[in-house]
Amino acid sequence: MNTATIKTKINAAQPTSLEQVEKESVYSTRQLNLWYGNNHALKNIDLEIGENEVTAIIGPSGCGKSTYLKTLNRMVELVPSVKTSGEIHYRGRNIFDSSYGVEELRTRVGMVFQKPNPFPKSIYDNIAYGPRIHGIKNKKILDEIVEKSLRGAAIWDEVKDRLNENAYGISGGQQQRICIARTLAIEPDVILMDEPTSALDPISTLKIEELVQELKEQYSIIIVTHNMQQAARISDKTAFFLNGEVIEYDRTDTIFSNPADKRTEDYISGRFG
Amino acid sequence: MRTSVQELIAKSKDKKSKKIIEKLIPVLLFLIASVSVLTTIGIVLTLIIETVTFFTRVPLSEFILGTTWLPFANSGAQFGIWPLIVGTLKITGIAIVVAVPIGISAAIYLSEYASDNVRRVVKPVLEVLAGVPTIVYGFFALTFVTPVLQSFFPEIKIFNAISPGIVVGIMIIPMIASLSEDAMSSVPKSIRDGALAMGSTKFEVAWKITVPAALSGIIASVVLGLSRAIGETMIVSLAAGSTPKFDGDFTGSIQTMTAYIVQVSKGDAGYGTTIYYSIYAVGFTLFLFTMAMNILAGYMSKRFREEY
Repeated sequence: MNTATIKTKINAAQPTSLEQVEKESVYSTRQLNLWYGNNHALKNIDLEIGENEVTAIIGPSGCGKSTYLKTLNRMVELVPSVKTSGEIHYRGRNIFDSSYGVEELRTRVGMVFQKPNPFPKSIYDNIAYGPRIHGIKNKKILDEIVEKSLRGAAIWDEVKDRLNENAYGISGGQQQRICIARTLAIEPDVILMDEPTSALDPISTLKIEELVQELKEQYSIIIVTHNMQQAARISDKTAFFLNGEVIEYDRTDTIFSNPADKRTEDYISGRFG
Repeated sequence: MRTSVQELIAKSKDKKSKKIIEKLIPVLLFLIASVSVLTTIGIVLTLIIETVTFFTRVPLSEFILGTTWLPFANSGAQFGIWPLIVGTLKITGIAIVVAVPIGISAAIYLSEYASDNVRRVVKPVLEVLAGVPTIVYGFFALTFVTPVLQSFFPEIKIFNAISPGIVVGIMIIPMIASLSEDAMSSVPKSIRDGALAMGSTKFEVAWKITVPAALSGIIASVVLGLSRAIGETMIVSLAAGSTPKFDGDFTGSIQTMTAYIVQVSKGDAGYGTTIYYSIYAVGFTLFLFTMAMNILAGYMSKRFREEY
């Protein structure tokens, strides 16, 4: 942790980092560039992400916000012909180091996707999947984990009598909370959310938003969203991406009430995007 | 005077010939479609009638319970089906032991690990393997696999169950690999991503997510392979011998149900003899086996379906 703090201080001179780092950084990104073939999708990204905070990433379609999120757990590398340069330090270690296994990273950093993607298994097996592949076999412990995770994702009461049913038999909003519970089951440190409510109805969206507020007590959450009201409602800090660059990164209330950059203001007030 | 389009349409609707053709087409299509159904019914009927004739000469109990198959004996011919069933099961068993692990491993490799370039080369090669005539496989078993096996295990005879069993297995590998690969490739990428994002390794995703999700397709491919192995004729006729035996010996000559039918068909058993009718009874038994396989496949794939 010490190295992380020191590096954070050095980095404080960067224009996009905050003047004061109150909480420890979970992720610090330095000079990250990413190409899809010849398409320069992320340009010189510098970003510090705080512990136990909700960080929202906003920006118009194609600005690189989902790409950045997927870079944080290296899922972006599943796309053929991706090249990166620069560094992302997670808890003080560069995730691009060849000694850092992607599986190890993804065990610490969970992800919730845009469309609910439960496994075609029972609800119970969905939640138990993560603990099981990481070697937890004891039935009693698994039972406890499943209940705790489902409670954590605020869906226990809805599914407790149908744990053995296929997860595709429940509604989309419930499926998304199952996916969140599945992520919680291995007690990650960070949760990445890629527009987790864009495929859901308003009530399910509200439930997920409330859940995010509760989860930030224990987890650091990074959420990509198209919905600016959502970013304003649930996040502590907001990063505005445009054409692969971070235009502005600050406290959410500052971004929304008093943005420093004209382009941020234009986007937030709905003048483009 | 110009006629409007609507009027033209109304006029052509009035034409009588067109109306008649419209009515005839479904009837015609129905008749064409019935050909395949009627053929099937015809085959089954012939099979049943001749089988019934066979059972007027040989008691059903002897056929089902008997463990000696001696159709060519001058006096006291015996028709107990079990030696032929055992022969078939030996071949099928070896074939499945060879084909299932190799076929499914190949499918996992192709769908989860192989790059597009590798897949572009390997899949057509597999399909070529599926197109090799079975008579070639038969010679391959007799003139290559058997001598190789004999050099390791001298107790193996020239006609045996192991070599044709292995070669039947090789024959059905492409079918199992190709159909399983199709089933696994159609598992949505989002489900894999979900597992990868939890820190699963590639193999954990393949074995715990993709294979279970594609299990109904994989089982269907195995059962399909199984019915081909049961019905396989050429390879066993050439390389397995013609000695119906009711024992657990794999190293010597055996006879399968299909090989018996070939033996009688190409010999000179006259029309109307008991031996002539016996091939229908054996054929009917074979038919029951493959039908049972198909029903089993349907049940299994429903039972193991993971819906997505």
